[in-house]
Amino acid sequence: MPLLKIDNLSKSFGGLKAVSGLNIEINEGELIGLIGPNGAGKTTVFNLLTGVYDKTEGKIMFQDKEVSGLKPYQVTHRGMARTFQNIRLFSDLSVIDNVKIAYHQRSSYSLTSALLRLPKYYQGEDEMHRKAMSLLKIFNLDDKAEETAKNLPYGEQRRLEIARALGTEPKLLLLDEPAAGMNPQETHDLMNLIRWIREQFKLTILLIEHDMSLVMGVCERIYVLDYGMIIAKGAPDEIKSNPKVIEAYLGEEVV
Amino acid sequence: MRNWFNRQNIVALLGIVLLYGVIQGLIVMDIMPPFYKLTLILICIYIILSTSLNLINGVTGQFSIGHAGFMAVGAYISAIVTAIQHGPLLLGLLAGAVAAALAGLVVGLPTLRLKGDYLAIATLGFGEIVRIVFLNTEYVGGAAGFTLPSKITWTWAFGLMALSVILMKNFVSSTHGRACISIRENEIAAESMGVNTTKYKVMAFTMGAFFAGLAGGIYANYMYIIQPMTFSFLKSFDILVMVVLGGLGSMTGGILGAIVMTMASALLASVPEWRLVITAVLLIAMMLFKPTGILGTKEFSLSFLGKKGEKNATSKN
Repeated sequence: MPLLKIDNLSKSFGGLKAVSGLNIEINEGELIGLIGPNGAGKTTVFNLLTGVYDKTEGKIMFQDKEVSGLKPYQVTHRGMARTFQNIRLFSDLSVIDNVKIAYHQRSSYSLTSALLRLPKYYQGEDEMHRKAMSLLKIFNLDDKAEETAKNLPYGEQRRLEIARALGTEPKLLLLDEPAAGMNPQETHDLMNLIRWIREQFKLTILLIEHDMSLVMGVCERIYVLDYGMIIAKGAPDEIKSNPKVIEAYLGEEVV
Repeated sequence: MRNWFNRQNIVALLGIVLLYGVIQGLIVMDIMPPFYKLTLILICIYIILSTSLNLINGVTGQFSIGHAGFMAVGAYISAIVTAIQHGPLLLGLLAGAVAAALAGLVVGLPTLRLKGDYLAIATLGFGEIVRIVFLNTEYVGGAAGFTLPSKITWTWAFGLMALSVILMKNFVSSTHGRACISIRENEIAAESMGVNTTKYKVMAFTMGAFFAGLAGGIYANYMYIIQPMTFSFLKSFDILVMVVLGGLGSMTGGILGAIVMTMASALLASVPEWRLVITAVLLIAMMLFKPTGILGTKEFSLSFLGKKGEKNATSKN
């Protein structure tokens, strides 16, 4: 049984078909890449998966349950978390508060306990603080816990965004161009980090990426999207030599 | 095991009791001139109003400018209970606050889908509707308003103010308050982190309305008379100015803003024609030199009294 099954998914904006007849299956524990030229509809797919957009047609089954039509926060409750192409941190909050907000949906104390500062409030806050700190430690950000998020260097902001997504304790992690704006060294470190968190958190990962070295390096299977349709799928080596993919990326071969 | 019984809270509590005691002493010994007492009670009322508006505008980031409307609901409902129905004061205040909270819920559910200026216009409209309704209701005296006995003492005003501020502060520094802050910071990210943004927007809005209604009730039961004109949109702007001056998103900033603005208008009472000009100039200067307000989103806190470990959990924001 696949963890995520996208069945014949379509989305149109007025007359424009951004995604049409999309079929993707992801099994538990896989690391899948979704690539395609600019404007191919990759981020639209993510927005459909996470409930930001509502589909026009088709089905999205996550852990054998329909998730399309749910609100984004409900999708997150089901165990799907994402990062954004353009970093969307809570930039004026401290690093640790960013992560604590991710733990909010599993917070253990009620509004009454908060208002009256009952013992449960202190217990809950302490537990949340401990969990958030240990997560930051994994990402090597624990010494910057009190720093304002927007003051972090770019690479660390990206790491914090991934850490924050993991704070929601997801089964499936969606990474939207995690290497955007990184230099080759940072991209290389990110590759290792992605592999490592998959093992550590027993995650399934779907990532959108432009950086081919990263995609070819970490992904086990790749889907190629162009004009909202899957034009190729398979292992990295098959994708590399697929004429349709080369055409989509480099233009048609001149005969 | 951490609980509320720590050094910091005890010092804060002692400070509150001391402040209350000193002023109560001055009032009982008849040293305090009536005008000062009026100003002090007004400060208490405005602190509740500005911190509750801050909950909506500063903490949750939803730009509402209809706060006088909720204040009016609280004022009129509590006045009806205490003066017309001769109910007890506490019941009146509570009824006013609950009625305002219900109004907040009813207004909030549809309007919080709107963003920025649209929400501001909708809430402004709500405030005016409330005023016009009371203006045309003969039961509460129409445009002339109606008189009622002044039952609010310094003890009532200060006690309720302290209680309101503590409750709101507790809310903001909990995980529920953090959810509201995350909406202000980035609504899309908040939603994708599992925060039910509609729920928390409505919650903050309703809570803000509740305390505005409470402040309205205190106002009505202190001022001898209530009239629809008191709750015009100018009142909403007065409260908004306090919040912006003190720092959007800072609870202590809201308190500071309320104190500064109320004192300023009391000090300028002898030159009423200049009052608005001076406060406007003050505001323009503030926007030029420190657009985030006196405190920005920072909080004044007593965390330096606590141990290092406690600091993180208590000095939120």
